[in-house]
Amino acid sequence: MGLHKSEYKGLLGWIDARMPTLMSEYKKHMSEYYAPKNFNFWYYFGGFALVVLVIQIVTGIFLVMHYKPDARFAFESVEYIMRDVPGGWFIRYMHSTGASFFFIVVYMHMFRGLLYGSYRKPRELVWIFGCLIFLCLMGEAFFGYLLPWGQMSYWGAQVIVNLFGAIPLIGPDLAIWIRGDYVVSDATLNRFFSFHVIAIPLVLLGLVVAHILALHDVGSNNPDGVEIKDKLDPRTGRPLDGIPFHPYYTVHDVFGLALFLLAFFAIMFLAPELGGYFLEWNNFIPADPLTTPPHIAPVWYFTPYYSILRATTEDFMWVLAAGVAAYAILLFLALRRPAAKYATLIVALVVVALMIGGPLKLDPKFWGVVLMGLSVVIFFTLPWIDQAPVKSMRYRPAWHLGLLIAFVLVFFILGFLGTQQPTPFYTYIAQACTLLYFSFFFLMPWWSRAGGFKPVPDRVRFAAH
Amino acid sequence: MSTEAIPEPIDGDRRAALISTCVVGGAGTVAAAAPFVLSFQPSERAKAAGAPVEADIGGIAPGEMKTFEWQGKPVWVLHRTPEMLESIKKCDDRVADPNSQRTAYPTPTYAKNEYRSIKPDYLVVVGICSHLGCSPKGPFGAGSNPQLGGDEGFVCPCHGSTFDLAGRVFKNKPAPDNLAVPPYKFISDSVVMIGEDTKA
Repeated sequence: MGLHKSEYKGLLGWIDARMPTLMSEYKKHMSEYYAPKNFNFWYYFGGFALVVLVIQIVTGIFLVMHYKPDARFAFESVEYIMRDVPGGWFIRYMHSTGASFFFIVVYMHMFRGLLYGSYRKPRELVWIFGCLIFLCLMGEAFFGYLLPWGQMSYWGAQVIVNLFGAIPLIGPDLAIWIRGDYVVSDATLNRFFSFHVIAIPLVLLGLVVAHILALHDVGSNNPDGVEIKDKLDPRTGRPLDGIPFHPYYTVHDVFGLALFLLAFFAIMFLAPELGGYFLEWNNFIPADPLTTPPHIAPVWYFTPYYSILRATTEDFMWVLAAGVAAYAILLFLALRRPAAKYATLIVALVVVALMIGGPLKLDPKFWGVVLMGLSVVIFFTLPWIDQAPVKSMRYRPAWHLGLLIAFVLVFFILGFLGTQQPTPFYTYIAQACTLLYFSFFFLMPWWSRAGGFKPVPDRVRFAAH
Repeated sequence: MSTEAIPEPIDGDRRAALISTCVVGGAGTVAAAAPFVLSFQPSERAKAAGAPVEADIGGIAPGEMKTFEWQGKPVWVLHRTPEMLESIKKCDDRVADPNSQRTAYPTPTYAKNEYRSIKPDYLVVVGICSHLGCSPKGPFGAGSNPQLGGDEGFVCPCHGSTFDLAGRVFKNKPAPDNLAVPPYKFISDSVVMIGEDTKA
């Protein structure tokens, strides 16, 4: 009575009759999920990210068994894990290396999106969930970095929490509310621990599920940017250029994963600190609330945004205000609907007025925080600001790829400058790079349409090897 | 279940009960969120730790600086020499807020003077940069720090803000405000109470 008629035998048949969801979901997401057959190197990184997520969760669970979230014992308990807990060093280095690799993999994954237009219609939601995952990841990394309670943990958290202090009126109280004390202290450590081990991971897992479900509803993009669902096999109704994710891409990804783990463990065993980039030297000194280390910098994955924050000086504010004004004029000329035209003008006028007058006049701290925030959230807008008639870089003008590479270079330069002491010369470079960084995005609606596009083929290009 | 759409007449009493239940339940949920939001505030223990501290400044030789802890923050007491006081005057036109007019970190009236102190000899400031909360380094003598150039003062290691020996921030630096002057008063010539002042 009420049992589902199963096509399977034995134990699987018994389960399937009672819970058909198991096999139908397996088919939907694995054995009958048709992925384009022309995936290349860049399509490894989504899977890698999933593996790193698992590594972080598993190593994290074991670290929590020995770690003490108490300002008096935190630093010591990390050293205890490193020296006295059998295998502790392995687990902890795996977690710290995993943190940096998470960002490497996610940055590569995002670059792939830019390269092949993976965020374009109908995959906007996939991209938005991805951006939210990226934000969560940044939060997770930031909260986790306080836990070893070293000098860099302490002062890094101090600087970032004080960013909220830049918000007018409520800022200083908000910063105290976040810290739970007048300075970063035991209360801060405890709540960051809670965020790091439970709050953010829960959200992160939910978002990862949403990211994959949204992807499997619309299907994967590919290096040609051709929709494989447009060309179905008339007999089976399956995409002609699609192959089942399992076993084809599971086997394919396991091969890539082997190479990835080779690199991962090479760094973990041979250079877990990676010259101070993965684990900063100053973090081997216990937190001292009375002395800031002579040179503080965030971990490498945050340095591009941090450079943008530092590049915002009082003089530079004039350049930025002029940039906003020029952009408003450009938009005014480009927009057709009068309502949109004038709304743009009014918003721009208010922004420029706030930048050069009033209580926030040329306040480099406030505007630096605004720019830094903008430099991250601007990724959300890509599906709409990219107006190219084709998705993939393969069929766009060569100089589009040039611009993308230039953007990556700017990102690297900003990242490098963020690890260095500020000097006037470096600040000028950071300011130039900040302008280039934002121009890439803000001018995209224009440049992405310009130039000669090549015809996109009907089917994906793929030569079996 | 029938798929035919037969619009049933709305039962006004049930609808009213439904709405009022949602409103009361919603209010209860919001009220229940309050303790969670409030739990983020500094605890009573943290507030107690923010009590005033007495600082013995008698042993600080001219030109030297000592750091005291108040509310977990470093409070500097710098014993300034006449030459140091002279160096402050030279910075007047190059600091962003020479007369401490800005209100983000209000300077107590008794320190709203050129030297930003009750007694010119002793500078008492919170050693936390008004930019993002790092603790600046110093004091550096003239020419001993490239970021200060020929001036004397403090340098923040995080984002390069520089301050003169009165804690006034130089122009065109990331920090918007001068170093904060905490409430303080002299109990005797050699003891300062930090965190409490005589209300004027």
